Amino acid sequence: MDLKELYQEIILEHGKNPKNLGKFENFNKDAKGNNPLCGDKVHIYLKTDENKKISDIKFEGEGCAITMASTSIMTELMKEKSETEVKELIDDFLNMIKENSELKSKNINEDDKIKLMSLSGVKKYPMRVKCATLPWHTLISAMSNKPGEVNTEKEE
Amino acid sequence: MNINNIKKQFPIFNNKVHNNDLVYLDSANSSQKPQMVVDRIYDFYTKEFSNVGRSVHYLAVAATNLYENTRTMMQKYINAKDPNEIVFTKGATEAINLVANTFGQKFLREGDEILLTELEHHSNYVPWHYLRKLKGVKINFAEINNDGEITLESIEKSITPKTKMIAITHLSNVTGAILPIKEITSLAHSKNIPILIDGCQGAPHLKLDMQDIDCDFYAISCHKMYGPTGLGVLYAKKKWLDTLPPYQGGGGMIREVKKEGISFGDLPNKYEAGTMATAQVIAFGESIKFLNQIGIENIEKHESELTKYGEEVLRKNNSVKLVGNPKNKGSVLSFTLDGIHAHDIATILDEDGVAIRAGHHCCQILHDKLGLSATARASLGVYNTKDDLDKLNESINKCKKIFDR
Ligand SMILES: Cc1ncc(COP(=O)(O)O)c(C=O)c1O
Repeated sequence: MDLKELYQEIILEHGKNPKNLGKFENFNKDAKGNNPLCGDKVHIYLKTDENKKISDIKFEGEGCAITMASTSIMTELMKEKSETEVKELIDDFLNMIKENSELKSKNINEDDKIKLMSLSGVKKYPMRVKCATLPWHTLISAMSNKPGEVNTEKEE
Repeated sequence: MNINNIKKQFPIFNNKVHNNDLVYLDSANSSQKPQMVVDRIYDFYTKEFSNVGRSVHYLAVAATNLYENTRTMMQKYINAKDPNEIVFTKGATEAINLVANTFGQKFLREGDEILLTELEHHSNYVPWHYLRKLKGVKINFAEINNDGEITLESIEKSITPKTKMIAITHLSNVTGAILPIKEITSLAHSKNIPILIDGCQGAPHLKLDMQDIDCDFYAISCHKMYGPTGLGVLYAKKKWLDTLPPYQGGGGMIREVKKEGISFGDLPNKYEAGTMATAQVIAFGESIKFLNQIGIENIEKHESELTKYGEEVLRKNNSVKLVGNPKNKGSVLSFTLDGIHAHDIATILDEDGVAIRAGHHCCQILHDKLGLSATARASLGVYNTKDDLDKLNESINKCKKIFDR
């Protein structure tokens, strides 16, 4: 186990000062996610334009450094991405976290890859995987405008 | 038995966690098990196993006697009047569900009120919540004060002419507040209201005397009392067990079963339907022996000294904020750290072998009231030492080091 790998600087930074924290007026999609065992909560707000591109994304929430960093990094990455790109990125990220594989996506640059890979430290902490994946599952739900709340205990 | 040597009796402490000695500070969640309890389970299954109360053969009779022997030991341990006032359940949760369900069925009507407190564990709220839907009863919550305590006055203020049941915790599993349950019981009875005490956190740490407290129901979780999992005890006054309807139906709890109808068995069988957690009950007898060997007074003294020491150490640590400040406090130390979420604390502490719990500890009502989404909780058992609390403090400092890079 390596705590330094889990709490990399990039994670601590995003955890302490999350990007895109807040809400904006004219969102057209949103979803809530919660991890009932730990009390982590995120609420993601999206604006998609006529081409189904995410023109704005913000979130409200509270949780551990991993949840906050994962949400912060995710929202940064998703801006200006098309619906297909978003779906591909989510799959790619969840696969990396759950199945030990590398990121495959060609839609992100090396810098962004490094940011996402920084979250892979949770693999060694099975109880913390949910913290990293919560915002991503919530984003899926927001994109599809599914009513109800993402709940990590009903995931599979 | 020397209280400073108790760790030796718990085999779990022979193992390392991430190459460190285990510092177990999660006893409010569940306690570790002494060797004698573990051995008893093994011995029962290897040499004495049989189902109880059904067959007449040698093993069945012996097992039945052992099973009933634990009931009598428990009766004496909590000074209940009658062994039949001890009902075995699968846990405190089932004990509370049993009361909510049967009392609700028989005595509650639309508009009746149940009084809980803001300190309650979900196990002492959700079972009553069902009665909202089923019966249209209303649930009220007595409010905590700034120290995270529930006072007699707070209960008194919340009682209305419609209050039909009071259900409160003995000792908060978050703030550690010990409630004045004897005074609250006497207040409740002066208004003809029965009272249930959720004794999950009281029973492992405090001397219990049911006849002195005089409560109607007291729910106990055996796995927090150095006993096996899958077992709880409901203490209930005999008058209630005689009056309330049965809870679950099945074998063992009946007298006569005909196609036209059924008559139910006597106590204690009435509330123990089906094959019970036999090995656990018998092994729990050893937990009671273990507690008696040390003496509950010695346990109270040891744990109260440790709690004071822990409070002192954590108060000196400037980044720690203790949750609640009750005058009468049990061995629970909940805290937050500036800028570090409880889950991150728990993960970092775990690396040092320090086991604590993080989250809302099944008390969302309380955490909402405190405006905290999660807290970290170190809780003590008979085996803990000052050294454990020093290690806790060192690991907390390590959290700061990692986060302040
Ligand atoms: C105060 C309190 N009540 C009820 C319970 C539930 O006990 P059990 O899980 O044994 O049913 C617990 C244990 O978590 C508790 O701490």
